[in-house]
Amino acid sequence: MSEATKSLTAHVTLIETGAEVVSAAFLGRTPAFACVDGTILFNEIGEERRVTPHPDAAILVAQSDGSRFITGGDDGLILATGVDHVSTQLGDEKGKWIDALALGRDGAVAWSVTKTVRARDAKGEIKTFTAPSSARGLAFIQKGYRLAVTHYNGVSLWFPNMAAEPDVLKWAGSHLDVVVSPDARFVISAMQENSLHGWRIADKKDMRMTGYPAKTRSFSWSHDGQWLATSGAEACVIWPFQSKDGPMGKPPRECGVRPVRVSRVAFHPSALIVALGYEDGWVMLCRMTDASEILVRSVSGVAPDEKGRAVSALAWNNDGRRLVYGTEDGQAGVLDLPA
Amino acid sequence: MTDKVPVTVLTGYLGAGKTTLLNRILSEQHGRKFAVIVNEFGEIGIDNDLVVGADEEVFEMNNGCICCTVRGDLIRILEGLMKRRGKFDAIIVETTGLADPAPVAQTFFVDQDVQDRAWLDAVVTVADAKWLSDRLKDAPEAKNQVAFADVIILNKIDLVSEGELKEVEARIRAINPYAKLHRTTRCQVPLDAVLGRNAFDLDRILEIEPEFLQVDDHDHDHGHDHHDHGHGLKHYHDEEMQSVSFRIEGDVDPNKFMPWINELVQKEGPNILRSKGILSFRNEAKRFVFQGVHMILDGDLQRDWKPGEKRESKVVFIGRNLKKDELEKGFLATAA
Repeated sequence: MSEATKSLTAHVTLIETGAEVVSAAFLGRTPAFACVDGTILFNEIGEERRVTPHPDAAILVAQSDGSRFITGGDDGLILATGVDHVSTQLGDEKGKWIDALALGRDGAVAWSVTKTVRARDAKGEIKTFTAPSSARGLAFIQKGYRLAVTHYNGVSLWFPNMAAEPDVLKWAGSHLDVVVSPDARFVISAMQENSLHGWRIADKKDMRMTGYPAKTRSFSWSHDGQWLATSGAEACVIWPFQSKDGPMGKPPRECGVRPVRVSRVAFHPSALIVALGYEDGWVMLCRMTDASEILVRSVSGVAPDEKGRAVSALAWNNDGRRLVYGTEDGQAGVLDLPA
Repeated sequence: MTDKVPVTVLTGYLGAGKTTLLNRILSEQHGRKFAVIVNEFGEIGIDNDLVVGADEEVFEMNNGCICCTVRGDLIRILEGLMKRRGKFDAIIVETTGLADPAPVAQTFFVDQDVQDRAWLDAVVTVADAKWLSDRLKDAPEAKNQVAFADVIILNKIDLVSEGELKEVEARIRAINPYAKLHRTTRCQVPLDAVLGRNAFDLDRILEIEPEFLQVDDHDHDHGHDHHDHGHGLKHYHDEEMQSVSFRIEGDVDPNKFMPWINELVQKEGPNILRSKGILSFRNEAKRFVFQGVHMILDGDLQRDWKPGEKRESKVVFIGRNLKKDELEKGFLATAA
């Protein structure tokens, strides 16, 4: 991208999804949008194809593993839908809402329904763990087959294939979403009280990351695992994880400061560039090295009904040349970075 | 603001008739669609409505405020429901018979995401005319529910005599003289007695006068000023739960009042279930109104004092073991 470029809006292909985008991703080369109305929209070359894996239901959670969209609905179904538009059922919770979803390596999938947490390995074997209270967030630890599960007063680290009781990282309060550092050393949860709490797994040492005006609901690790970008403030707050102590005693970086809160963050797959989505529908790219900013999408309306709704989904493709976004009001786009 | 959804909380001791009221609301031909959050599935089931199971996970906020409890499951369910925006017009939360309404109400004040999407319309308590008097003696939960209510549906009145009815009403009024009270059999009340109450809307706090008159089934949000308790009601005093109100004939000094009320709810918050006030601040053209649930206070300048309207200041507390003299002394000392 050239230094002079300040706006890439001309390089965005606009897409109307018709419903809130829960998650956006590239399935191979195809931009795809999992929408709250139970559908997945595939933006194929020359045409849009819509499939409905969850008829008459809402998709509550969705994530892509790069070739399939895994979706959990308020119909209780966990489905995997590929670019061939075929859906495979991974789980059925009999009409109960799927609260959280996580994808692991090698095709493992985990989901939760209130206190019930299930992990399904690539062979299809499902193991169950009952959390002490509702499990709001799940994340696989990228080392062995182990799942971090948030609940009230802490995070449980569960080995689905072992009989042992899960290890518990304790901290008073309600823990929501959770992420694990790619080197499997740190667990970070978002809390009800607009802060993050982290633990170093090895010695369970606590880290408090505070100062957010709202809950953090979106996390993204940089490609080298050294930075964690977070939403929930009127800027993207990026915590340093280079040292063995993680961000302890170190201030975070900020980028993309605007008078509007950041709602989604997505680090570029190979550069220290982070894509940011805002609560008013704006999308920007920020380069950490010089804090330069490039506009991807702006919404200019002033009247309440012209104002953009929050960006609810954001993802890069594998080589980092394309970005997809989606919003709560069903506006989506694909950015193709100029050569 | 416009796409925020109203939420009605339905409480009531076991067997009082919550489910009956819920089914009435849902089956009436009103063209509205509801999302209903229930603790037990089964007896309700109206095809057009969205029914969600809850499990009353009450947790403390990690903010050093011991009585600041919220319903974690409700936060989660509301987040999920908001993904189905447009499929319903209002939300009804049915609590279990033993539930304390405070965590439900506090959820709407404490969680910003909930606040951005929904607003608390009213706490409606269904009470059993035959058994409530007994429950008020042996079930603290029943007392909490009556004390907390904005609307009380006194149900099953066909099972008691007029004398018994008067007695149970008097017991309710001893705890909570401010709620709207409706006498019913099989929860037969018009829907607008239960829904669209705006009980927590600061702009709707017009009056905080006791409702000694039994409300009949047309609405009067009125200004009757003849509250001499002369309606043949017996007067009971509940040893544990009371309501107290104090009045200053004139202005208060905001620089005295605000620190006092904040300190009061910090200290006495666990005992104060609900609080409300309309205040005349010195040199302020607008009325200041506030309301609170335990330690959580919500207050703002409201409309202008009208020409000819008597500028006075009044506060009301409903709570447990309230120190009446101390409260009165504290409030009167804030006079300007």
